[in-house]
Amino acid sequence: MTSSVTFNRRSALKGLLGGGAITVGLPLLDADLNGNGTAFADESPLPVRFGTWFWGCGMTKKIFVPAQTGKNYELTEELEAIKNVKQHINVHTNLTAYRDGTFFCHYTGWVVFRTGSAPVVGNLPLYESLDTTLANRIGRTTRFKSLTATATGDIRNIISYENATTPNPPEFSPMAFYTRLFGPDFQDPNAAEFKPNPRIMMRKSALSAVTDQIKALNGKVGAEDKARLDQYFTGLRHLEQQFDHQLTKPEPRAACKPAKAFKDEPAPGTDSQLIAARHKMMTDLMVMAVACDQTRVFNMTMSKSDSNTTKQGYEKPHHTCTHEESIDEKLGYQPNASWFTKRSMENWAYFVEAFSKIKEGDGTLLDNVLIMANTDVSYARVHSLEEMPAFTAGRAGGKVKTGLHIDHKGGQGTALSYTCLKVMGLDVESWGTKSNQTNKEVGEILA
Amino acid sequence: MPCKPASDTAADRACAAAFLKEKGRLLNRRPLTDTELNAFVDQAVNSADGLKDFYAGLSIALEAMLVSPNVLFVTEMSEPDPASPGKQRLDAYALATRLSLFLWNAVPDDGLLKAAENGELHTEKGLVRQVDRMLASVRLETGMRAFFDDMFGFDDFNALSKDATVYPKFTGQAMADAREETIRTVIDHLVTQKKDYRDLYTTRSTFISPALAVIYGLTAPPSWTRYEFPADSPRAGILTHISFLAVHSHPGRSSATLRGKALRELLLCQPVPRPPANVDFSAVENPKANLRTARDRVSAHLENPVCAGCHKITDPMGLALENFDGSGRYRETERGSPIDASGSLDGKAFTNVIGLGQALHDHPALTSCLVKRAYSYGTGGPTEPSDRPLLAYLDTRFADEGYRLAGLLRAIALSHSFSQVSVPAADAARAN
Repeated sequence: MTSSVTFNRRSALKGLLGGGAITVGLPLLDADLNGNGTAFADESPLPVRFGTWFWGCGMTKKIFVPAQTGKNYELTEELEAIKNVKQHINVHTNLTAYRDGTFFCHYTGWVVFRTGSAPVVGNLPLYESLDTTLANRIGRTTRFKSLTATATGDIRNIISYENATTPNPPEFSPMAFYTRLFGPDFQDPNAAEFKPNPRIMMRKSALSAVTDQIKALNGKVGAEDKARLDQYFTGLRHLEQQFDHQLTKPEPRAACKPAKAFKDEPAPGTDSQLIAARHKMMTDLMVMAVACDQTRVFNMTMSKSDSNTTKQGYEKPHHTCTHEESIDEKLGYQPNASWFTKRSMENWAYFVEAFSKIKEGDGTLLDNVLIMANTDVSYARVHSLEEMPAFTAGRAGGKVKTGLHIDHKGGQGTALSYTCLKVMGLDVESWGTKSNQTNKEVGEILA
Repeated sequence: MPCKPASDTAADRACAAAFLKEKGRLLNRRPLTDTELNAFVDQAVNSADGLKDFYAGLSIALEAMLVSPNVLFVTEMSEPDPASPGKQRLDAYALATRLSLFLWNAVPDDGLLKAAENGELHTEKGLVRQVDRMLASVRLETGMRAFFDDMFGFDDFNALSKDATVYPKFTGQAMADAREETIRTVIDHLVTQKKDYRDLYTTRSTFISPALAVIYGLTAPPSWTRYEFPADSPRAGILTHISFLAVHSHPGRSSATLRGKALRELLLCQPVPRPPANVDFSAVENPKANLRTARDRVSAHLENPVCAGCHKITDPMGLALENFDGSGRYRETERGSPIDASGSLDGKAFTNVIGLGQALHDHPALTSCLVKRAYSYGTGGPTEPSDRPLLAYLDTRFADEGYRLAGLLRAIALSHSFSQVSVPAADAARAN
């Protein structure tokens, strides 16, 4: 009866900010927060960072999945675009995401990869996404715990969740993202002199007045609001950490060379060329944010799950096209749907290559990151969650081998996510729930 | 600033306190306690001392206040309701905030806070006086702009894009103006002229801008101008505005299904089920020589019983809008075939979009849906089955008032339920 009301912006606002009546005390907020996350291996001189990349609407098996596995596989038609970064990438195919109940066509699949569990209601995961799990471990010492951006220009294209009810909204404007990263509050790690900004010191001190007010709310909020206040408090702590970060002399980072601010950015819109232009700008910023150690966890969305990217002169957006375009009899696949996948792979290649172009230590930035890329379905035409594709890129400081095609033979998609979590130092015996629960690591890619 | 500091380059406790007390009351929607106020004043004084700048000190205290939970969160405090023993009502400040967010989409002004402070808001006469003052205020327009923008799902405009090769005239300016045209029409019709809500779906009065005139095929006015679609025009009612037509279309073509779904869900509060997961859409693939118009294509839905269940709900009224392309431009043919814009809405048949507007006008769910939306918007949550008697009462009141918006808003704001709080049993027990 009220499903449409659920999307009412006002109720969302009140949902986020709303109070209720009125009795259960606040939790011990400090207990949740471990401010001393140390997550990268001690022997590694440079931190290993984790990132994700997302594209919508899967692929066409026939022209995507390489015929061979292992190192010497031949690139296929849809994978042709990754040829320059093939040696940095692992292609994973034939993974399965389990529905475990209600199926949300373009949501369940990717949410299983990212959270380990199939959602039970649309647009809400059951748990935080894996980037958050890692950010809580390795993101505590950087200015930003994690950074999330989208090339779609649409803030609603969520890919990361702080918890079951709190999405991390993406940066969607390259110019705004630049200002957030490298605007007035940016502290150049390579600056000759460091002097703590007295204004920041005052701002930090003023935050404590706010913290006292939270204590005053103690005893006044209902159980349902507990999570919201928790989340708010986490945000406040994050702000405090940003201040701390700005008051501490940063370690020099030779690779940190931010470009000048953009004078202009692509107009709003989902045309494939606009998306590529925005993706390039967002990627360049993200790479530099990592090189400057502003964050160690990052997410990039190229297209949303039911991708609405458009092709000039073609009337159907990507998602509609995957369902409605007929299979070309000569080619044996949907030519326009595949056109969209090829554009996605070009952008993916750009993303990986951008990390490989930054020198860091003896190698490149890419050597010290691990990126997992995934999508919502395998064959979008029928919303298939079997035979799903994914990628990993980067060598995670030497812990991961690259250049491989791995046929998972129908194995759990969560095994790939679990492997990433383990590589990044998370020590848990298993990950995920129900059919998606796993304790298997993808041994083929471990060095 | 209520005062001038003794010096710009030093702290001035009295002046900082005066400023933070005044602004703090408005931002917090209640007076600050002495402890709260002192905490912020201390910050202003210490910062001003440290930075040797009165205003910099004040800005730091203000920043802290702006991120404080009492400002950011709408905390609705309750208290025992003397009129209904055993029940809880919103306290006066919470009620003031709820009223003000509902009617003005803003925090309470000084007058409303005074009425909360002196107890007026919890008297029947006092509440009536405040609600009537708010309804008469120019700020009602701001509030209703927010409400209808929300109800129509116009935040979709923030991400709307059209294929420039298919719709070269649908510029970014046209997009912004399309949203404004409908909201302007709504405000003019419901707030300024206080007309019948149902007539919004048949009225020929609107406003056009230069960018919209291009798509409407009219001579461009120099700026926003009131405009009356002529009696023989296919355009009548806000459904035929570019806004509704373009938002509920694909980037490169119209969509009878999206339009029908939006009409059902947004205007009649009737949720349309999602498509089944394993649907084979190739039945509607095109271009196929024999499927020239949208009607041809969507009729494929109706041949398949799995599809037909939902498409029967959406398509027959969506097809009535097919004379308008994905950018809202009028057309009589598609791929050379004439467009048949006949259809039906819950048993009422019509031959064109004018008939659809009239059928919508007469549909009982049109007004009850507005009642439901306004009530849940005002109280900040979805309606519950237990709200049915109240909603039925509000439906009657709305009809008695000749479907005038102000009458509905007033009935909601003055209803007992609006200021009462239903406390879950367990929480109530603990509170006692």
